[in-house]
Amino acid sequence: MSDFFRNLDRRWIFLVMGLSIAIPMLMGVVFPEEPSQEVLDVFNAVEDLEDGSNILMAYDYDPASKGELEPMAAAFVRHCAEKKHKLYFITLWPAAIPMLQKNIEILNREYPEYTYGEHYVNLGFRPGNEGVIKVVVTDLKKLYGNDVAGTDLNELPMTVNVKNIQGMDLIVNVSAGTPGTKEWVQYAATPFDIKMVAGVTGVGYTPLVPYVPDQLAGVLGAIKAAAEYEEAVLQNYPELRTNPATQEGLRRMGPQLVAHMLIITLIIIGNIIFFMDRKRGVA
Amino acid sequence: MKRTVPLVIAAVTGVILIVSYFIPYAQSWGEEAMIWFDILAAIAFVLGGGNLLKMHLQKISNRRAGWGFSVVTISAFLITLSIGLSKMGVNPAENFPEWSWSGDYLQEGGGFKWMYDYIYLPLAATMFSLLAFFIASAAFRAFRAKNAEAMILLGTAFIVLFGRTYAGIYVSQPIIDTLASITGSEVESLMSLRLDRLTSAITNIFILAGNRAITIGIALGIVSLSLKVLMGVDRSYLGSEE
Repeated sequence: MSDFFRNLDRRWIFLVMGLSIAIPMLMGVVFPEEPSQEVLDVFNAVEDLEDGSNILMAYDYDPASKGELEPMAAAFVRHCAEKKHKLYFITLWPAAIPMLQKNIEILNREYPEYTYGEHYVNLGFRPGNEGVIKVVVTDLKKLYGNDVAGTDLNELPMTVNVKNIQGMDLIVNVSAGTPGTKEWVQYAATPFDIKMVAGVTGVGYTPLVPYVPDQLAGVLGAIKAAAEYEEAVLQNYPELRTNPATQEGLRRMGPQLVAHMLIITLIIIGNIIFFMDRKRGVA
Repeated sequence: MKRTVPLVIAAVTGVILIVSYFIPYAQSWGEEAMIWFDILAAIAFVLGGGNLLKMHLQKISNRRAGWGFSVVTISAFLITLSIGLSKMGVNPAENFPEWSWSGDYLQEGGGFKWMYDYIYLPLAATMFSLLAFFIASAAFRAFRAKNAEAMILLGTAFIVLFGRTYAGIYVSQPIIDTLASITGSEVESLMSLRLDRLTSAITNIFILAGNRAITIGIALGIVSLSLKVLMGVDRSYLGSEE
């Protein structure tokens, strides 16, 4: 038996990993989640704003991180829509424009009372990374004369009087890397004292922890935090439970649990073999 | 001259940005500099495309190892570029029906959107998803408790792997309940031992401390490097002399 594991072809590991993700996903296994304090901090930042507040939705992620970030991006949109906040969508990533559109479709589909130009606007992408932040934070229309469809911002009711993003009540940033949360914190949130929350990938989470709570009101890290955020939204807006799309993060925790257990098992087996070999003087 | 002009541009722009940050009167100078930066960033896309073509055409021309991949790269680049620029399959915008080219290049049903949805998106997602398989294989082969440091790392990994799923609560809650009944203490007072709470503690204490030190170190390094760039001491960003 130990020889089997000692010489295990890694394709067996790939197969088991594939099954451990696919089976719970296909079975739709959902485990209960309890929002942690870190997630509640983010939730409360959106929840505690007055209805109809202005929120900059800075979504900086591409299809590579879609699986990890899309559930929290969608949860932010739904939560903001429940609070009737005005949403200004923007991105620093050229590949994120369809990601913005996908989140806007949630508003079109589930919140028909949301009207373009009055309740939400899609500013789209401009090249320049953090350079874009430095400009829009003092003069939005110097860089964004029009929205993604080419409509003059002076013709849209919700942007006609917006001089810059300092007037935003909150920045919500969903980020998969650079430029992303760190840049929004350094060039907008901190110097101009704009409240900000973020949702990032697992690997992007730990470098942002030092910014909480002074420069960031809170950070969501990876799919676990997305699931907890969804749970927090569902607990406060139970009518959303009838919509299966509101539980996408929760559904993805099933495969994550099984995959984590598999990794733990593999580490234990690997170490048993290691100690056996060491005892025999092989390792 | 070839190196002096960029040096002067970098130094002057850097000084303007510093001055505009500290002196409110000069704030508009900084904004102007950033507008120029954003315009140049847009032009850099063209330069980047040109450089990509040059590098890969050279590789194909010299038949260097892996030149076949360069053929694929250039073909993909040119096909994507031509479909995007020609707005293939895109209908005119509602506001400008008489202008056939006025529609959004990412319009639903258009060629570019089709390529994004059915080629780029699945390829990018697949590349990222492969991580799970390689992590599993690496964990099996390389994660060994060889010494005390490795054991600490392994223990932390187990706590985090459990704590980031419902298994953390499922496994540790009964232990906490049992502990509470044995010691006669309140369950709530032992909750910090639950694996999900331990994961949060690891993040908010150990990771926070380490990352804060790294962040401060990086910031000091950036200040030092920026000064060297502004004063023209560090010229590595200009590339080689050739």
